[in-house]
Amino acid sequence: MMSLRSKKTAKRVADTVVVILLSVFSITMVLPLVWMISTSLKTPIQTRTSTPQWIPDPVVWTKYVEIWEKAPLLLGFLNSAIYAVVVLAFGTFFTAAGAFAFSKMRFPGRDIIFLTLLGTMMIPFPALMIPHYVLFVKLGWIDTLLPLIIPQMLGHVFMMFFLRQYMNGIPDEMIEAAKIDGAGYFGILVRIMFPLIKPAVAAQVILWLMSIWNDYVGPLIYLHTPRKQTLPLMIANFNAYYEIQNDFPLIMAASLVSMIPLFVIFFVFQRHFINSVHYAGIKG
Amino acid sequence: MRLVNALSRKEKWIGYLFILPLCLQFIVFMIGPLIYSLYISMTDWNIFGNARFVGLENYLNMLQNERFWAAMKNTAFYLWGIPIGLSISMVLAVWMNRGIPGISIFRFMIYLPVVSSIVAVTILWQWMYNYEFGLINHLLHSFGIKSINWLRDSTWVKPAIIILGVWRGLGVSTIFYLAALQNIPESLYEAASLEGANFLHKFRYITMPLLTPMTFFLVVTGVINTMQIFVEIQIMTPDGGPGYSSASIVFYIWQEGFRYNALGYASAASWILGITIFILTVINFKMSKRWVHQ
Repeated sequence: MMSLRSKKTAKRVADTVVVILLSVFSITMVLPLVWMISTSLKTPIQTRTSTPQWIPDPVVWTKYVEIWEKAPLLLGFLNSAIYAVVVLAFGTFFTAAGAFAFSKMRFPGRDIIFLTLLGTMMIPFPALMIPHYVLFVKLGWIDTLLPLIIPQMLGHVFMMFFLRQYMNGIPDEMIEAAKIDGAGYFGILVRIMFPLIKPAVAAQVILWLMSIWNDYVGPLIYLHTPRKQTLPLMIANFNAYYEIQNDFPLIMAASLVSMIPLFVIFFVFQRHFINSVHYAGIKG
Repeated sequence: MRLVNALSRKEKWIGYLFILPLCLQFIVFMIGPLIYSLYISMTDWNIFGNARFVGLENYLNMLQNERFWAAMKNTAFYLWGIPIGLSISMVLAVWMNRGIPGISIFRFMIYLPVVSSIVAVTILWQWMYNYEFGLINHLLHSFGIKSINWLRDSTWVKPAIIILGVWRGLGVSTIFYLAALQNIPESLYEAASLEGANFLHKFRYITMPLLTPMTFFLVVTGVINTMQIFVEIQIMTPDGGPGYSSASIVFYIWQEGFRYNALGYASAASWILGITIFILTVINFKMSKRWVHQ
């Protein structure tokens, strides 16, 4: 049997080892991103070295000017932002309304409809890719943001499921009380429910924003004209074009700039990102 | 009584109104397209001409198509990323759960790749895998290992894509495991210590079994996501890799449908994919009874 003191020392030694291991590992995880920054501050010639040069000598900023001239990146940002804002604004409202109806209102067929909707979570996007394409060709929506926005702005089934679970935890008496005070369902949803479910909504909206900002397959299929493309597609095409010329600093600068909005949001709302796990409704 | 009836009638209609957008989405963008795709999967339609009904011909042709099977095998290979990623993140989570300082910084750093745009990091790794000047080969040199032509070598292209996937996905699974670890009561470990158990015993007989529900969740979602892997492959190897060695099944569908305009054939392939994912998920649930701790 170890004495209490030697046990404590053993724990301290183990802790130190773990801190060192974790530090090494986390730094390794971030190194690719550091390499990305480093490359973006070089000239193409500076990238052709036999050993890695982490700190560019000299530091060259010109690629960050060039990228705006070589692709309509600003339009890319704008297109991605329109896509994200419209979908999230309408989608969040419709999703919350659906969750509210399924959780707190009574109407015939409610549970059957709910389960049917849940079933759609099993349909993989690739299975819908071709019929969607045909539909949007017929509607004349190719080369517009509509094929990306319209289907998604109607709501998000997983988020609805999850907000409903969350709302089930809110006592019905609160709604009854509001009804007696003369509030309509719309008023109850916006003024009473919404403030209560805000943390769950925030976590889900962040996950949704990430998937919109990263969406590549949809834009790849629907958007052909460069000026109409969203950011990820524009960056990918940029890469395909300049990789042949080995202009890696230019590619890295453009890719890095495309990630900045999400990084900023991550820095500001870090807590919500981490919370999104706890709000994913999964018990350990 | 009449008032109550009027109220519940109102509740009914407002209820339907509230679920209307989700139902519209279901009918117009889910079930409608799905049925339509089943129909075109039985035609020889390419976007231009008229569709001719061919029955199961597309499906039968596919079973004899070499590239289809190559894509299937490649996709199955990518599943290796799941056990690799989950083992690493389980260890990381256990380390991070010791109550040591600096956890929030480690968590932040490991999570950073998750927040990074998938297209941007794929482009970054493509550069790192560069044969002549890529960072990875530089590092291999410093260990005295010869350069590998990662993305142009049919042996290495799949591992290269798995490494990228593991790197990008670790943050999520680590945080999920961490959340699960925090629900394991400390008293279990204390009791085990009194019995003289060392940390390996504790890991094997307490931590791992109690994490199995989370592992199960991560395996199920991991299989569903990996079966649909596409972006990394399309960007890093636009032609499907040397000898079609990196193409996944979604890549195959995309290529057939949107490069060669074989919409009918591609729809058939997407049905095969949907059914495969469904079967794998059912198998996962069936198998779970054997290993998931209740």
